[in-house]
Amino acid sequence: MQDVSEPTSPVSRPQSRSKVARLSDARSARQGVPAQEAERTILMVEGLSLAFGGTVAFAEIDLSVRAHEIHAVIGPNGAGKSSLINAISGLYAPQAGRVRIGEEAFTRVPSRQLSALGVARTFQNLALFAGLSVRDNVLSGLAGARKAGLAAQLLGLPAARREAREHLARASAVIALLELGSVAERRAGSLPYGLQKRVELARALVARPRLLLLDEPMAGMTATEKAEMSGFIRSPRETYGTAIVLIEHDIGVVMRLLDRVTVLDHGRRIATGTPAEIQANPRVIAAYLGLANDESNEFSDEDAA
Amino acid sequence: MIALGIVPLVGTSYLYEAILTPFLALALAGLGLNLLTGYAGLLSLGSAAFMAVGAYAAFNLSLRLPILPLPVTIFAAGLVAALAGVIGGLPALRLRGFYLAVSTLAVQFFVAWALNRIGWLSNDSPSGIVTAPRLVVAGISFEDARGRYLFSLAVVALLTFAAWRLVRSPTGRDLVAIRDHETAARITGVRVARTKLLAFGLSSFIVGVAGVLWAFAYLRTLEPAGFNLDRSFQILFIVIIGGLGTLRGAFLGAGFIVVLPLILARLGAAILGDGFDSGTLEMCQRIVLGILIVAVLIREPAGLTALLDRAVGRLRGRAA
Repeated sequence: MQDVSEPTSPVSRPQSRSKVARLSDARSARQGVPAQEAERTILMVEGLSLAFGGTVAFAEIDLSVRAHEIHAVIGPNGAGKSSLINAISGLYAPQAGRVRIGEEAFTRVPSRQLSALGVARTFQNLALFAGLSVRDNVLSGLAGARKAGLAAQLLGLPAARREAREHLARASAVIALLELGSVAERRAGSLPYGLQKRVELARALVARPRLLLLDEPMAGMTATEKAEMSGFIRSPRETYGTAIVLIEHDIGVVMRLLDRVTVLDHGRRIATGTPAEIQANPRVIAAYLGLANDESNEFSDEDAA
Repeated sequence: MIALGIVPLVGTSYLYEAILTPFLALALAGLGLNLLTGYAGLLSLGSAAFMAVGAYAAFNLSLRLPILPLPVTIFAAGLVAALAGVIGGLPALRLRGFYLAVSTLAVQFFVAWALNRIGWLSNDSPSGIVTAPRLVVAGISFEDARGRYLFSLAVVALLTFAAWRLVRSPTGRDLVAIRDHETAARITGVRVARTKLLAFGLSSFIVGVAGVLWAFAYLRTLEPAGFNLDRSFQILFIVIIGGLGTLRGAFLGAGFIVVLPLILARLGAAILGDGFDSGTLEMCQRIVLGILIVAVLIREPAGLTALLDRAVGRLRGRAA
């Protein structure tokens, strides 16, 4: 935030604008490039718009996320961040635009195929299976990867038993990774909030998704829990090369975690860039500090230019 | 279960006839409904209809295809009930909670209507009441009170074991996942629609077989009125009182429902003497049951199972 006070800040905006332009140029260029290059882009959102009746949740959002990238979507309350994640995961039907996941493009992502597409997500408000144990919750994350049929499960056929063993081992590994071992047999609903958030992350991670959508993974956590959670979020990228899109309110906490940031305000994308670029971006600062004289700033910038 | 196996060595004919056999049939029906309502969170008021489908399917199969051995007939009747369950469960793909319950009510009324209207189903018996076929498996007769009890016990033990396998299987986990958070279940790859219909099918299979036991082993007759809405509610109460989402719950609840009238009758006779007739008994029964259900729902939604667990825990704590 030190950059803000620097005298260079007024000119940084046109710069960042041209960066945005360059990014979108790069994207349109990428459509023509070989598949190997395209493969590296895990998620591509193009001109996505969503409105509920007359209320615009977000409009003309562009976003691209590559493998190994941790990409944050930030913005003030009501900026449309959660709606964007819900649209990407197919819970909402956008009115315009496309979402490309891997090689497949959708106007509405089919949420029931999400796990088959290699996408996992967590929810802003906890969405655990409260009646199941922590271990069973994590195992549920593999529901989409299961092949054994009901009869095989009931009769305990070798294929079903082997699969169950494999899944149990994978779940145990994730439980250990997120340090949930001591509560593995507890009912998920009986755990404190911070731990439940972690169980939800474990359930999403166990499927080894190529794209992980985290809707406010640190909301309502203490500073210590947030620091811990940052480490847990970083680990799948290092282990599996997962691309991560995460929504966060509190930019300070996650800045060190991130590769790129997209800022939304009132349903519009106002900037995309590295954390440092974003912190220096006057439009972002205005959105966050809620400057009332947005217009007058714009005029003075125009004059300066 | 082990205890129930020992009983035949000591029990009297009355005990089998009036208590244990109906207890087993009701417990099995409760078990079936518990899979649907307790595990998968899908409320149904059509249990008696699925019992009826099972019972009448078994009756017609043994009447028209007498070559089939009884176990095959019962299994096939379960399948017919399962099919009815899947069809009756179709609204669950769109509706949930109260609205779903109302749609299963439609199944209940439809089945009652069909049984009363289609004479063929009850072999054109003018009164609508038909006699159940004899319980004979591989030449061994289970016709006496003890035999019918043992027969029921074997069926119930087998299906309870299957249900136990089911709730511990990955599919059992899917059922609870759908109950606790349908959206999250869908996102993690649970095939929600399929699993809901599966829950209806499996539940109705068990409830249907319970219907066969009820008609063949306990009443030894079939009539549509035996499978009315009251029966559906009775089974739902068994599940609620015993404990939703536990297999033991169905047995505890059924035991309670069967024993309650007997206790009330003894108690009433002791307090009021001859003034306590069967009408008063029935009324008392309803009042007590109603109060208990309200109390259970408010104080202990996990039912008798949780109560028992806590009592055992406390005793252990004291011993330690």
